[in-house]
Amino acid sequence: MVQQQKGEIGGYRRDTESHPPYLYPDYKSTRLRAPEKPLVISPHTLSEVTGPVYGHGLIGELDNDLTRQHEGEPLGERIIVTGRVLDGDGRPVRNSLIEVWQANAAGRYVHQGDRHPAPLDPNFTGAGRCLTDDEGRYRFVTVKPGAYPWKNHDNAWRPAHIHFSLFGPAFATRLVTQMYFPSDPLFDHDPIFQSVRDPKARQRLVSSFDLETTEPGWALGYRFDIVLRGRDATPMENHR
Amino acid sequence: MKLEPTPSQTVGPFFHNALLDEDQSKLVASDHPSVTRIEGTMRDGAGEIVPDAMLEIWQANAAGRYAHPEDDREDLPLEDDFSGFGRCPTDAEGRYEFVTIKPGVVPGPEGRPQAPHILVSIFARGLLKQLVTRIYFPDEEAANAADPLLSSIEDPALRSTLVASATGDGSLRFDLHLQGEDQTAFFDV
Repeated sequence: MVQQQKGEIGGYRRDTESHPPYLYPDYKSTRLRAPEKPLVISPHTLSEVTGPVYGHGLIGELDNDLTRQHEGEPLGERIIVTGRVLDGDGRPVRNSLIEVWQANAAGRYVHQGDRHPAPLDPNFTGAGRCLTDDEGRYRFVTVKPGAYPWKNHDNAWRPAHIHFSLFGPAFATRLVTQMYFPSDPLFDHDPIFQSVRDPKARQRLVSSFDLETTEPGWALGYRFDIVLRGRDATPMENHR
Repeated sequence: MKLEPTPSQTVGPFFHNALLDEDQSKLVASDHPSVTRIEGTMRDGAGEIVPDAMLEIWQANAAGRYAHPEDDREDLPLEDDFSGFGRCPTDAEGRYEFVTIKPGVVPGPEGRPQAPHILVSIFARGLLKQLVTRIYFPDEEAANAADPLLSSIEDPALRSTLVASATGDGSLRFDLHLQGEDQTAFFDV
């Protein structure tokens, strides 16, 4: 444990090379949106080690089952996506909101900006949310999203993915990421996936097929564990 | 056991149904006695508006207390109906608006007070990781001058990007420039 002086607060570990850079020119949209001036190093004060306690009143009974939000069942391959949310020390992140969104099985989002000429599915919106349990576990039922084309470069296709948004315990632990499926042939051609330069870190974005999660005669199971930043040190009692 | 974090990926352009199905941009009612409107426009490095971003804010209440278990200063009041969290998309003109209150002073490094401020996270297509900035208040000149984080920024032009400006009608304007000469100061948190 790092010894702290009075008035210091136990912050979170600084980000590692795990994360992609802001500027990754192969992903064209970064070129005019990545900041150019050096980032200002922010100490972790009470503002950063606290964070929104959000979503607990919002969750509906079917919010974690994207296949039961409409009258009929969506088309596509039914899947179960489950895993644990852990902090950098392997401790469960409990009672914390996860929001997910994805394209339908044909690779189309319910969004006015999505111009991909693939069919919408009247039985699929592709948005869900849930809270992690005491072990940090979560579980969604959905359909496997399709790959879809985008305009980044000639013949560009996004590998199938599900977007994840997580809060964790603090402003400093906020994470938005994407979960991919094992052995996708589009990985090598996708600049968003490749923007994570460390191959080992990249693999942490890929779910694994899990026979234990798979339910006989009903749905394939995928496992995706998510690790949020760990605490630098345990805050001392008199830390302010 | 030390675990490496899951890498960040862009929020993309298609998050609205999942993240913005309810309006979370009003932290207080519009007729709240100390209501503060904060509005602005987001632009990219070419000066073009950014119509597909999402902003999140996090702030203390008027007494300077965060609605979070780690802020255990029980001598300061908490209000049941003020979470301190807000979320807002940019619209087709690149604009956003939050309706909130000015937060109080909160403690900073080495016990030094921090000037009233609101934390902002920006998510958008083209941002592989959220950008983080802070909104400071124009009527807090002395506190801003003493703020440990603001005063750590040597370039006065960059520093001034973090202070909102008062509009004629009592609102505050806080424009965001992701890139370029006028770029907003962003933090490595």
